[in-house]
Amino acid sequence: MKFTSVFDIIGPVMIGPSSSHTAGAARIGRVARDLFGKQPTWAKIHLYGSFAETYKGHGTDVAIVGGLLDYDTYDERIKTSFKDAERLGLTFEFIPETGSVEHPNTARIVIGDDESELSMVGISIGGGAIEITELNGFPLRMSGGMAAILVVHNDRAGVVANVAVCLANHSINIGHMEVSRKERGNMALMVIEVDQNIAPTILEEIELLPNITKVTRIKN
Amino acid sequence: MEVLFRNVRDLVERAENENKLISEIMIEQEMIVSERTREEIMEQMYRNLEVMEAAIERGLKGVQSVTGLTGGDAVLIQAYMKTGKSLSGDLLLDAVSKAVATNEVNAAMGTICATPTAGSAGVVPGALFAVKNKLNPTKDEMVRFLFTAGAFGQVVANNAMISGAAGGCQAEVGSAAAMAAAAITEMAGGSPQQSAHAFSISLKNMLGLVCDPVAGLVEVPCVKRNAMGAANSLVSADMALAGVESRIPTDEVIDAMYRIGQTMPVALRETAQGGLAATPTGKWLEKRIFGGAVANRG
Repeated sequence: MKFTSVFDIIGPVMIGPSSSHTAGAARIGRVARDLFGKQPTWAKIHLYGSFAETYKGHGTDVAIVGGLLDYDTYDERIKTSFKDAERLGLTFEFIPETGSVEHPNTARIVIGDDESELSMVGISIGGGAIEITELNGFPLRMSGGMAAILVVHNDRAGVVANVAVCLANHSINIGHMEVSRKERGNMALMVIEVDQNIAPTILEEIELLPNITKVTRIKN
Repeated sequence: MEVLFRNVRDLVERAENENKLISEIMIEQEMIVSERTREEIMEQMYRNLEVMEAAIERGLKGVQSVTGLTGGDAVLIQAYMKTGKSLSGDLLLDAVSKAVATNEVNAAMGTICATPTAGSAGVVPGALFAVKNKLNPTKDEMVRFLFTAGAFGQVVANNAMISGAAGGCQAEVGSAAAMAAAAITEMAGGSPQQSAHAFSISLKNMLGLVCDPVAGLVEVPCVKRNAMGAANSLVSADMALAGVESRIPTDEVIDAMYRIGQTMPVALRETAQGGLAATPTGKWLEKRIFGGAVANRG
């Protein structure tokens, strides 16, 4: 069964007009914000396919900026997110791209501040559901609907096992897991989807393990 | 995980054998799936109900979409009802106006509850808040209406489809109308079997409906299709409550919808390439809004 909860059918509560072009877009922006861990001061948002051609009519633009400001799909402030962004010190630019992409509703979000930056690709797959397909150049596949942790680490033997053991010690069940790397022996990324939100203390514990560079989480 | 129903036959049989309402079976299933209490689940659905009511109230005051293609029709219908000249009856038109109100709010980027999708979000609330004035349900019964609608919707979503891109408008407004018909029937005191007949009668009359939104936007003809979805749900419920039965069993109707959806040309499945979207006026509107860009969107 694809649809198990009645709230998949009667819900979600969202700002119109389109579950894929508005609710899904807001979720993509919010996951980027979540992964960055704080409000960015600038954003470059590249839109592809149908997103590029219809973003104004569907409010895809205000929805993504709203997501970057941590607004949920049902937050009425999505409509005034451009003004809110100005007030909160977030400058942004939308760049409609003509290149072809695998999925018609694709956005590449590059955000940052004085200290760091992050690049992420998200796709809106329908009914408000999304997937993250790339993070800082790492290909990955992660749904935005589950709690998850992302671990940047050195590509060494035993690192994955150490993280899994740490989660097991806290009785945290792994729902889905992926490991990707740009080249052998270099930097790698673990994406671990879990059944519940992970406490910040556990994140700190993982960060102290050998060969771990950075740990971030996505709350459910 | 225990699954209480996988099709409408199971759902009706279980409700009748256990002498329960369909809404009750859905609540029990949700408790199993989410491992949450009845109170928590009822409360969450009540919040969805509040969102629906707020959207209707907002739409009835009059809204305009960003493109200007839709808005204001709910106000017109309500004003016309007040003249006392309406031909199809006040309850029916009330449902129609409230369905339109909800989808006008959706098009204007207001807050709505997808039922089952954003594009078909007007049908279930429109029907519910119109029959409310006639049946005077309790808050609990209004929440139950949504669980009954959800139970039937869940079967459609799992055994067929609920998105226009996958199965055309029959899968969105068609499913929504049939879900509402079943829920109205339960609220009016009909049996689980009568709810299933109401569902079948409604969906049978939506079979083949294509998804052909002008400029790919959730506006034309989506708002008016929601209006007719709400009207269809009321008439179907009344027919079932009168004792009219569907000759084709509900699960077979859902299967027919699925097969029709699968064989529907892509141009008529939310790509804005066929049907009303491809008419000269539809194309002209698209050009006016997007400056000539032609796209495929959902």
